[in-house]
Amino acid sequence: MLGKLDWSAIPIDKPIPLIAAGVVLFAILAVLIWAGVKGHYPYLWREWITSVDHKRIGVMYVLLAMVMLLRGGTDAIMMRAQQTVAYHSNGYLPPEHFNQIFSAHGTIMIFFVGMPFVIGLMNLIVPLQLGVRDVAFPTLNSVGFWLTATGALLINVSLVVGEFARTGWLPFPPLSELTYSPGVGVDYYTWSLEISGIGTLVAGINLVTTVLKLRTRGMTYLRMPMFCWTTLASNLLIIAAFPILTATLAMLILDRYFGFHFFTNEAGGNVMMFMNLIWAWGHPEVYILVLPAFGIFSEVVSTFSSKVLFGYRSMVLATMAICIISFMVWLHHFFTMGAGPDVNAIFGIASMIIAVPTGVKIYNWLFTMFGGRVRFAVPMLWSIGFMVTFIIGGLTGVLLAVPPADFLLHNSLFLVAHFHNVIIGAVLFGAFAGYTYWFPKAFGFRLDEATGKAAFWFTLVGFYVTFMPLYVAGLLGMTRRMQHYDVAAWRPWMIAAGIGTVLLAIGVALQVLQLFVSIRRRDELRDTTGDPWDGRSLEWATSSPPPAFNFAVLPNVTGEDAYWRVKEHARRQDLDKREPDYKDIEMPRNSPTGFVCAFFATVMGFALIWHIWWMVGLGAVGAFATFVVFAWRDHDEYIIPATEVARIDRTNLAARRAALDLAGIAQ
Amino acid sequence: MTETTFAYAQGDPHRLRGIQQAEVAHEGPAPKRIVTAYGFWIFLLSDIVMFSCFFASYAVLLGQTAGGPSGAQLFDLRSTAAETALLLLSSFACGLASIAADVRSARWFQAAMALTCVLGLGFLILEAREFADLVGRGAGPTRSAFLSAFFTLVGCHGLHVSAGVLWLLTMMAQVYAKGFRADILRRMLCFALFWHALDIIWVAIFSVVYLIGSGA
Amino acid sequence: MNIFDPQGPIAAADATILVDSVAIMLAIVVPTIIAIFAFAFWFRQSNPRAFYSPDWAYSGRIELVVWSIPALTIILLGGVAWIGSHQLDPAASVQGTGSPVRIQAVSLDWKWLFIYPDQRIATVNTLTVPVGVPLNFELTSASVMNVFFVPQLGSMIYTMNGMVTRLNLRADREGTFQGLSAQFSGDGFPEMGFDVHVVSPLAFPDWVKSTAQSDRVLNADSYAELARQSVVTDKAAFRLDDVRLFEKISTQKLPPGPGPTLVTESAQSYLGAGHAR
Repeated sequence: MLGKLDWSAIPIDKPIPLIAAGVVLFAILAVLIWAGVKGHYPYLWREWITSVDHKRIGVMYVLLAMVMLLRGGTDAIMMRAQQTVAYHSNGYLPPEHFNQIFSAHGTIMIFFVGMPFVIGLMNLIVPLQLGVRDVAFPTLNSVGFWLTATGALLINVSLVVGEFARTGWLPFPPLSELTYSPGVGVDYYTWSLEISGIGTLVAGINLVTTVLKLRTRGMTYLRMPMFCWTTLASNLLIIAAFPILTATLAMLILDRYFGFHFFTNEAGGNVMMFMNLIWAWGHPEVYILVLPAFGIFSEVVSTFSSKVLFGYRSMVLATMAICIISFMVWLHHFFTMGAGPDVNAIFGIASMIIAVPTGVKIYNWLFTMFGGRVRFAVPMLWSIGFMVTFIIGGLTGVLLAVPPADFLLHNSLFLVAHFHNVIIGAVLFGAFAGYTYWFPKAFGFRLDEATGKAAFWFTLVGFYVTFMPLYVAGLLGMTRRMQHYDVAAWRPWMIAAGIGTVLLAIGVALQVLQLFVSIRRRDELRDTTGDPWDGRSLEWATSSPPPAFNFAVLPNVTGEDAYWRVKEHARRQDLDKREPDYKDIEMPRNSPTGFVCAFFATVMGFALIWHIWWMVGLGAVGAFATFVVFAWRDHDEYIIPATEVARIDRTNLAARRAALDLAGIAQ
Repeated sequence: MTETTFAYAQGDPHRLRGIQQAEVAHEGPAPKRIVTAYGFWIFLLSDIVMFSCFFASYAVLLGQTAGGPSGAQLFDLRSTAAETALLLLSSFACGLASIAADVRSARWFQAAMALTCVLGLGFLILEAREFADLVGRGAGPTRSAFLSAFFTLVGCHGLHVSAGVLWLLTMMAQVYAKGFRADILRRMLCFALFWHALDIIWVAIFSVVYLIGSGA
Repeated sequence: MNIFDPQGPIAAADATILVDSVAIMLAIVVPTIIAIFAFAFWFRQSNPRAFYSPDWAYSGRIELVVWSIPALTIILLGGVAWIGSHQLDPAASVQGTGSPVRIQAVSLDWKWLFIYPDQRIATVNTLTVPVGVPLNFELTSASVMNVFFVPQLGSMIYTMNGMVTRLNLRADREGTFQGLSAQFSGDGFPEMGFDVHVVSPLAFPDWVKSTAQSDRVLNADSYAELARQSVVTDKAAFRLDDVRLFEKISTQKLPPGPGPTLVTESAQSYLGAGHAR
């Protein structure tokens, strides 16, 4: 009746997961009950859950990412603690638990922290920067978000019901095949990622179509902000790469569920094929994560140097070059599989070639600061921290791209340090920079500066104290994923990394604290003009937060740094007093399609994992019915009458004029 | 349409005819119909990437018959030819349905869609029979890696056709209930693109899987 | 297990390339990092002496330099990579003194089996080799992927079931070193460390002779015992009955190792007791 599911799936005899599950369940229940008692549900349903507004969906993506950062970070703390104490000792985490933790840590950080964070920021900002009202497919956008949330939910359910994969964040066969992983862990992994993969693909289609087909009048490709270019490149990669993940995990699922032989040891399965397929997705994936971060840094460095971005066309060329080359380097993840010197060398050289456009970007940011007036606001601190940290990570990456060096360092802690170096240094720092930079736009008040700076310094120093020792440990021969070890030489570096982890944890805690402090102080931190940083692109031309329709009248763009030109023009012309010609605006209607569809996807996913076939059928019918109901809708849009548009816009313009009056307009 | 072609041919795609102030480099956001079709094309490209993975795995595992039967021993090319004919004809019928939608003829639309459905179902029935026959002969997907790859690639296409049939029936119901509304016409455009794309993928399948696979 | 303390030519060459590559890159990276700090500091808003060119956005000369620096570095490193990959190809044989020793390594769950087909002996979790002699490894796995790695002797290589990978090493100094698996392979993975004893060319045949007198025999049955998922603490030594045992393992005539046999009473169903093979 319930497939493989029975009471033994709940970890009553294992204290650590039991306590963890208890804490999480308690936290979730507390939030749900508090929201209910305060009467927030109608508001939440109407304004957020069923919202198809890209700004709301973007915020929800980022919120998901930050919550999952706490879970992934907790996994990290547990791993570092184990490796600090597990010298000539079994530590406090038995192997089967430690192995789940490092697998969950990687999976969560990449798929449910990194991806949602950058997709959320792109969703929030790109339509504003392009001067349009929403993304190309607003309801699909909501579906994509909620499917991603489904994936995150399923992974967290594995903590309470059953187990998670014990294979690492990429389930290499034959270890991930049914023979060697008979439990439900790998199934939680595969179904969670198949479902959230659909969400990611949907986001990719949406953002590519938005950038290519939905730009305001006059905004040619070479007048788009850099963040839009990196959004384009990253989402092209999503469209080209994520189907590979879908197909490969599908093959693994077929092996596990139906006894197929894609990757089994028996009957001709080919383990090397899995390696090639999964890394053909895996390498573009890291560029999917890092390109939006590069875009954020272009925006931030330019704004906080009060200077136009240096070498715009060069940056565009470099971005598209990275996009294309990222598909040609995947073999560097398995130089040691024995492909032969020619193949190894070619892929090694290709991997180095990608360092060229990346280096060009760093130099262009450098020369953006040159001749500028640099303000060390929190986003700029993250950017400078990124530039230094990423260069070091890039150096170790190019080093690993030299096959003979990789022959000594593959899968070691040197590798672990390298990829954390580039992911934390670029993606996480970029996410925090973008979060701080665009927070006022989303919510109407800035984040508290003091806690932000403290969070930055603890995170920066904590990163170096944690990961530089790991480089050393790797050079001393320590391999990754060791639940315990006996080599005395590694011990001091594990202890150092443990200390660094404490600093990093404080950094993350300060980020959370910053949010609470800022909410409490929000009236002092209020952004009344919509342009708190003296920005250069069109999102700063709207109020904070923008009205539902973003722009009362779509702007007319005549050059790069669209909003900067508007401001220069306004300053010179004493702010044009003529009012635009207000018209009725059609906006897409909210829809519960995304949420309901994701509900059925969760049911299906859970049922597939536990082999509850009748529930799978129910879920599938429900999901299909949801789409039919959506298709039957008669009114896709609602009208905001011109008078209402005018009223909202006049209020915003008045606030903006007041601020410019204070600043003094006349030259 | 001739006006547009003429304008492009004369190097004046925005039909400015030399008016200075009309020289806007970019007109603004594209209309809904174009945006919808564009997004769906991109989805189709992503689907083709997924199929390429299955094609790749088929190519890699072609020789891995684990002592069992190979393509040459299994494939019945007459059945494949019949499936191909059915699918190609169904694409033609789908084209007729698109034209009927263009001229807003509900009767011809429903008839053409019904024909598309019947031909598509015919394809699926033949394919299901082929699969059942193979399984019955001990050449099911669990027999060898080659067969796993075969069943997955061809089966994935079959699943897409099945989903297409469900979509087709939904479109017929939509037009019956609500007529040729703008959003329904956009969805019909997407459906037609999907159905034709499945046809193209089938051509690749019968070339790579059946024709080349028979020689292996 | 220090990579910078190589005990053989392969490890030494790998490590040299590593150091050289880092040095080449540091030559670019260090000035760039200094420039980042310098520019950010000099052009800070509170510095009245810094000039301000808000619209300066392009310089052909700078672009040329900025594209050339990484490109030239990469060309240099690319050459290092090409030459190094070919010279240090794991399958390329290594020169040495004396006749080469063939070692067939099998990674099992969770131990290493080293078969010496020419000497008709086999050992578990301990590798004894003569100094200065070329070592020809053929490697396979009994079950899941592993990686054979002795950091002080040189390059690592994957082991995969149903396939044979090749590695050539040489140890140039006597002593005892450590090896491990560098690919996570399950719950017993941390136990896959092994000793590498490098002995004199005179001591080696003595060791072979004494091992060949072991009362334990490695054949299909004892191999099946080893292939079960377990962690071993004794460094067993065997006589080798069947010289073609490795071939049988690597061509799957001897089937791959079985997966977990479930011993915990709780969570039987979701761990797959019903699907035990």
